[in-house]
Amino acid sequence: MSVGSAASAASALYQQRQKRLLDAIELRQPDRLPTILFSHFWVARYCGMTCRDAMYDYERLAAAVRKAVIDLEPDAFQPVHALVAFGPTMDILDYKQLEWPGHKGLVEDVGFQYLDAQYMAAEEYEDYLLDPTGFMLHKYMPRVAGALEPLSQLPQYPGVLHTRIIQSMEAYARPEVRRALEALIRAGEEMQEMRAVQSGVIQELKDLGFPVASHGTSHAPFDVAADYLRGSKGAMLDLFRNKDKLLNLMDRLAILIPRAGIAAVKAVGGNMIFIPLHWGLDGFMSPKQFTTFFWPQFQKVLLTLIEAGIYPHVLWEGDCTSRLDVIKDVPAGKCVYFFERTDMFKAKQALGNTVCIRGNVPASMLITGTPNDVREYCKKLFETVGDGGGFILDAGVGVPDEAKPENVLAMYQFAKECVY
Amino acid sequence: MDDEGRRLVEHVAEMQEEDAVQLAREMLDSGYDPIKLLAHCREAMEIVGKRYEQGEYFLPELMLAGEMLKAIGDMAKPLIQQDTSDGKTAGTVIIGTVQGDLHDIGKNIVTFMLEINGFKVIDLGIDVPIANFVDSIKQHKPQVVGLSGFLTLAFDAMKKTVEAIKEAGLRENIKIMIGGGQVDETVKNYTGADAFGLNAMDAVSLCKRWVPA
Repeated sequence: MSVGSAASAASALYQQRQKRLLDAIELRQPDRLPTILFSHFWVARYCGMTCRDAMYDYERLAAAVRKAVIDLEPDAFQPVHALVAFGPTMDILDYKQLEWPGHKGLVEDVGFQYLDAQYMAAEEYEDYLLDPTGFMLHKYMPRVAGALEPLSQLPQYPGVLHTRIIQSMEAYARPEVRRALEALIRAGEEMQEMRAVQSGVIQELKDLGFPVASHGTSHAPFDVAADYLRGSKGAMLDLFRNKDKLLNLMDRLAILIPRAGIAAVKAVGGNMIFIPLHWGLDGFMSPKQFTTFFWPQFQKVLLTLIEAGIYPHVLWEGDCTSRLDVIKDVPAGKCVYFFERTDMFKAKQALGNTVCIRGNVPASMLITGTPNDVREYCKKLFETVGDGGGFILDAGVGVPDEAKPENVLAMYQFAKECVY
Repeated sequence: MDDEGRRLVEHVAEMQEEDAVQLAREMLDSGYDPIKLLAHCREAMEIVGKRYEQGEYFLPELMLAGEMLKAIGDMAKPLIQQDTSDGKTAGTVIIGTVQGDLHDIGKNIVTFMLEINGFKVIDLGIDVPIANFVDSIKQHKPQVVGLSGFLTLAFDAMKKTVEAIKEAGLRENIKIMIGGGQVDETVKNYTGADAFGLNAMDAVSLCKRWVPA
């Protein structure tokens, strides 16, 4: 095949895969069952890299992504660098919210883990509500990154105006602030290097006919409050102790979160956003707490993203079966709900006319089962959840780091046999 | 039960934190028997536990109940002269998040629920080396060991921990339960545990089944 005809064949494949995915999302019946490849460290392990390698070696990770996508031939893939390759940047920043392989206590070959803690005290709600950006800059960034502690010295601009703006420049030349600014620039350069490698592999795979499945990441307001601000304990107690403040904060977040998400997606000319959820599942909150503190604010985020022409891929972690009747209240054909342990058949019944369902080959099966187990499970999913379209095959929360390659290959191979 | 005691039980069980703590303080200030007061708290915790089991209460209520218990306990315990515990427990459980995994919300909730059901729980914390489980079993001779893990990397860590317990000759006399995140029947079989649980109620019923009163 000539170079020109190979390129046009790849371009045709690209269009075909994009259409297959969009047909499923918009609830039309595609030509066959679409798949997405979403994984944190599996692609690295598949190519003999440790988790630490994946976080630090951009080029080797790019080669691993390329090989995994070419071998599995998914209809779209979530770029991996943005999910894991930030080791060097975290070193520069002395980052404190994550524990990662080879750093402090963790061994070389496990994934990074988020450290649940209180990053905003209960007494600081007012401060945040008055000026979220000021809070993030003066207090939050210094807490999550050691190198950025001196940002607490930056001028309080809402009260610094006219010639005081000019005078305020003095702060930037203080030795410790200067060091923080230098760290910011170095971290920025490191991130640009990572992004350049990521863009390179995205372009290469595009040229081979593979679209990207996610152009950014967003959040639910309660998750931001619980995971990133108050800590899990603080947020749960706030449902009783600081109910109104928490609700106020989330009203703000419901505006600010999609603003950031839309900017990220539009910056790369994309139309898909990934939203992992942590606190919405059954058993964590009561139905009443869910409809007070979780869903209304998150629904607003979804509607704003959809309004901006973006398709949210919402990863409902855990089992959300009891939430199905509530969460179906979104415009039809605009959202993907990615389920982990939710009853997929009940999900199809409740949501089949509204959202595209994605998932949910269990992690345990991909790690400990056989290719035959995987094929049987996928067959059942295709015949029931996949009936009439509106379904994307994926693992429960993406391909787990420890999955056996033959099981993962079986899953993606089987989907190609699932013709409508 | 006297009227104050009844009100205290009600405040705690109904999640009225300020009222509960204030009433407890007033009761202690006016000379109420601190041992009796703590017994009321245990009674309230039993109600909270039941409501959780029945799907009326969820994690936020357990968290707040734990806070109230701690606040009242901190006031009452210094007033108690002698050790009044009779040493009776429903059984001993060793629990911990397996090596490599730093998550503890699930483990803490299970610990809390087991404790309010009368079990003595030895909590080894997070990222627990295999040897610590083995040593702790030798020292405390529990009836049950609970292995917790949120991430998929925990599957292998759980399997290795179960194997190490077996190699140390300790497997015969204990039951092992696993839970958290993506644990299911397949993982139970893979790790060689006796059972898995999807939530804290499962953990309590397993322990009650394994350690008859």
